[in-house]
Amino acid sequence: MASLSQVLLGPVAALGRAARDALAAVGRVARFAGQGIAAALTPPWYPRQILSQFLSVGFYSLPVVGLTAWFTGAALALNIYSGGDRFNASTVMPQIVALGITRELGPVLAALMLAGRVASAMASEIGAMRATEQVDAMVTLSTDPRRYLIAPRLIAATISLPLLTLITDIIGIAGGMQVSHYLIDLAPGIYVANTVDFITAWDVESGLIKAGVFGFIIGLMGCFHGDHAKGGARGVGRATTSAMVSAAVLILASDYLLTSVFARP
Amino acid sequence: MSVMNKLEWRGVSKQFGAQKVLDGLDLAVEPGRSLALLGRSGQGKSVTIKLALGLMQADAGEVLLDGVDVTHLPARERRASFASIGMLFQGGALFDSLPVWENVAFRLINADGVGRREARERAVEALALVKLAPDVADRYPSELSGGMQKRAGLARAIVGAPSLLFFDEPTTGLDPITAGAINELIRDRVTSLGCTAVSITHDMVSARVIADEVAMLDGGRIVWRGRASDLDHADHPLVRAFMTGQPLEE
Repeated sequence: MASLSQVLLGPVAALGRAARDALAAVGRVARFAGQGIAAALTPPWYPRQILSQFLSVGFYSLPVVGLTAWFTGAALALNIYSGGDRFNASTVMPQIVALGITRELGPVLAALMLAGRVASAMASEIGAMRATEQVDAMVTLSTDPRRYLIAPRLIAATISLPLLTLITDIIGIAGGMQVSHYLIDLAPGIYVANTVDFITAWDVESGLIKAGVFGFIIGLMGCFHGDHAKGGARGVGRATTSAMVSAAVLILASDYLLTSVFARP
Repeated sequence: MSVMNKLEWRGVSKQFGAQKVLDGLDLAVEPGRSLALLGRSGQGKSVTIKLALGLMQADAGEVLLDGVDVTHLPARERRASFASIGMLFQGGALFDSLPVWENVAFRLINADGVGRREARERAVEALALVKLAPDVADRYPSELSGGMQKRAGLARAIVGAPSLLFFDEPTTGLDPITAGAINELIRDRVTSLGCTAVSITHDMVSARVIADEVAMLDGGRIVWRGRASDLDHADHPLVRAFMTGQPLEE
């Protein structure tokens, strides 16, 4: 029979175990990230792999990110028109759309779309390679999987997302412009002039910095969960889901932190 | 004068949780010899090879390659030692994102710095050695049959003219005719290259063809070792059970 101290200390022990496991997981991710960064920054590099990942992560994500950006910009303009009209906000529609897209919605939505499309694909591909001994085979062929598989994905995701965000910013603002043209008959030239006059370089830059961080998170979560996939097809499925969910949560959490740092009075 | 062993496991132990898979394993292979490692499922045959390849770390003991302990070599030096090693994985482990020729030439291109044109030529030559036509070079692994994948995997293992070859269940999942062809190819390549070979197999026909010697792994140690031609006369109950295919009387 359990003693009184065991009964009383049971929940504390369980809490301690949970905290220890959480810290161990953070340690594993941090170690993996450190090794990935070291592999990305030091030779040998595999240019064909890096190029292939740029195509996969960046170029092939353009349609989905572009569509998301347009609809988001358009919806934002609609909301400003219908909701913001109560305090005359529709007169500053171009400015609000530009600020919302460049600082927040552009990087976050592009990152979330990529978390769904890219982090999951990375996790499933690397996980399947683990399950079928392809990663082991690579080691026996004198090739470091961290350099051949992980580093190109981290590089491509970290650089592609800011570029995609820049495109997202432009398309999102264009979406807002189109809606404002039909709703309040604002001429596109005036819309663009208002936008350019209002936004600062920092509005765009802060969004691009965020996008770089989000891109790294997407690459890291995709590679980490794929590399740690265990248990065949089921394990690969679990890794895919974990990669997508953890990337999305970390993107939103780091968005708040970065916005706190970037916020200027 | 004694010959230095090509590969040696010395007092190697490996445990997964509470399960002790290898318990002070002592096993050595002389240069130019082909050894088949037999054993029931779950007895640590694949672990034995993975420890030699550095894909796993031993809990105790050491693995000597050409007399050098490779157990605790840094990853970079360990990878360099792979230059003289070829491995045929059980499922082929071909990279499905690459065409067959790039699979075969993977080491040449990515580790040895050979140009793609020359690497392709050498890959096609290696494919010919395992009786695969040149047009296979541009196909992807998913377009090949199981037997062809094994051949392509064998071509990848031998393309760098290794001095040590590992084969993990080379005939598993193949029909007897294809398995026989793979066995002959392995024997032919091992003899031609004059290299040392270690094979894991459950297939007694395969063991007889590809191996000079056979060792039986059980309970984490070698319980019987002899020439392949001695298998028929072996009196160890586990070897007899393997030969006859009858359940082992516990």
